[in-house]
Amino acid sequence: MSFFANSQRIIRAGFNSFWRNKFVTASAILIMTVTLFIMGSLLFISAMLDSSLEQISEKVDINVYFTTDANESNILSLQTALESRDDVAAVEYVTQQEALDNFRSQNRDDDLIIQALEELEDNPLGAYFNIQATDSQYYEDIANYLESDASVVAGSQEIIDRVNYQQNRNAIERLTNIIQSLDTFSFLVIIIFALIAALIVFNTIRLAIFSSRDEISVMELMGASRSYVRGPFVLEGIMYGIVSALITLLLFYPISLWGEASTSTFFGGTGSFTYFVNNFGELFVILMVTGIALGGISSYIAVRKYLDI
Amino acid sequence: MNREKNKNVSSSLIHFDNVSKVYLGNSVAVENINFTIEPSEFISIVGHSGAGKTTLLKLLLAEEHPSSGNVLFESTIVHDLSKHERTKLRRRIGMVFQDFRLLSHKTAYENIAFAMEAAGREDDEIDVDVPYVLDLVGLRDKIWHFPAELSGGEKQRLAIARAIVNQPDVVIADEPTGNLDPVNTYDVMQILNKINSLGTTVILSTHNKGVVDILENRVVTLKDGRIVSDDESGSYHL
Repeated sequence: MSFFANSQRIIRAGFNSFWRNKFVTASAILIMTVTLFIMGSLLFISAMLDSSLEQISEKVDINVYFTTDANESNILSLQTALESRDDVAAVEYVTQQEALDNFRSQNRDDDLIIQALEELEDNPLGAYFNIQATDSQYYEDIANYLESDASVVAGSQEIIDRVNYQQNRNAIERLTNIIQSLDTFSFLVIIIFALIAALIVFNTIRLAIFSSRDEISVMELMGASRSYVRGPFVLEGIMYGIVSALITLLLFYPISLWGEASTSTFFGGTGSFTYFVNNFGELFVILMVTGIALGGISSYIAVRKYLDI
Repeated sequence: MNREKNKNVSSSLIHFDNVSKVYLGNSVAVENINFTIEPSEFISIVGHSGAGKTTLLKLLLAEEHPSSGNVLFESTIVHDLSKHERTKLRRRIGMVFQDFRLLSHKTAYENIAFAMEAAGREDDEIDVDVPYVLDLVGLRDKIWHFPAELSGGEKQRLAIARAIVNQPDVVIADEPTGNLDPVNTYDVMQILNKINSLGTTVILSTHNKGVVDILENRVVTLKDGRIVSDDESGSYHL
């Protein structure tokens, strides 16, 4: 008997059992769909939480203020040095004139300040950098780099008037802690729910196979090999996973569309439908692989219990 | 006439060699069982419930391991077989159960085909042999019926068809008439007799005196896990 013919028989038996055990199939798919839906929803929430935290992170930066007589070529050298660092995401250079224009614009309703500026001959404001780190935890390193003689490009130390990291330090550290805690928390929640979901699916499939335990023993007594007995059950489990993943994806379409406005307002970042559309491929693969693995492995383990006669 | 123990051991098909089986809690299922079964023999094993009949059959199928002694099939100790060898041995034994144990989500055709597939038979053989054995047991017209659509007698005939389709050396029937009315009981016994007349060894386990009386074949009587008589003429001591 060739491997191909044997596989063909196993596939046919798996499909037949899937269609004929309608009640068991429907129950298993229902439970698995609920499970995958919960896991998918956690992915949605986690991704949207990440997006809103990212947005908050982007609003945090440190500023390097230069002396009014700082040489622009030195400032540009420092910008290049900073931009070459892995922990620096962006360096925005605000020139002396831009700093003055910004200041004027911010205080355009304050006649006293505008008048005082008019009376000054020179620009009293220095140029400055707005530096964004790739992660909020790196701000201290960047500040240390700027404050360290040895690490900064030659000559630049004399041009720096002040770095405002120390003033913002508490806020940055608190934000970093909140982001890290939320990341860990959401990761743990996903893991715990995934484990609970896997247990629920495993027990559902085990129950489905429990009802076939006599048939499994008869198949063995008829001289069927273990793989020949197990194959259709494992295939059936995999089919539960595939169908459940497809139903879950179908359910996510209208639900994420319905929640688009409220989620984007609540999380202040990506909305649920935008996330669904932009990450459809990734979601498809995650749900499909999870469904197939849960169904297949659960069936494999459940059948094994009744095989050893 | 009591049969001489261990007679023709080397040519015997099956040999229970001083077999005992004790379950956890010192519950003795069978004790010091010694008898042989020859090829093409029809043997009935009788005894009340709990006498050890089913345990003997399970030992023969290597479903259970003896606590002491050996069960031999063609001089091979069955409980020493590897899983693969055990699977091959079972393909040479057809099983018929009291509760039929048909595959409920498969049609009559598929139930029989499964036994052939399990034995590695080709599709064209299956296409020929399945209708043939269904004809033999009078179920040709039920070929696409599911077990739930068959009567008790039909289910048991289907189970027999499944047991014989691979032309096994031995057919074991464990209380095959336990759930049947007298008419179906008679039909089933006729089929088992016919199978035996074609050269297949039949081992029948039963506590139905009427069935044993009709057969007039060798009867091994078990009581409390021990053989109390082994009689060629078909008499027993229940």
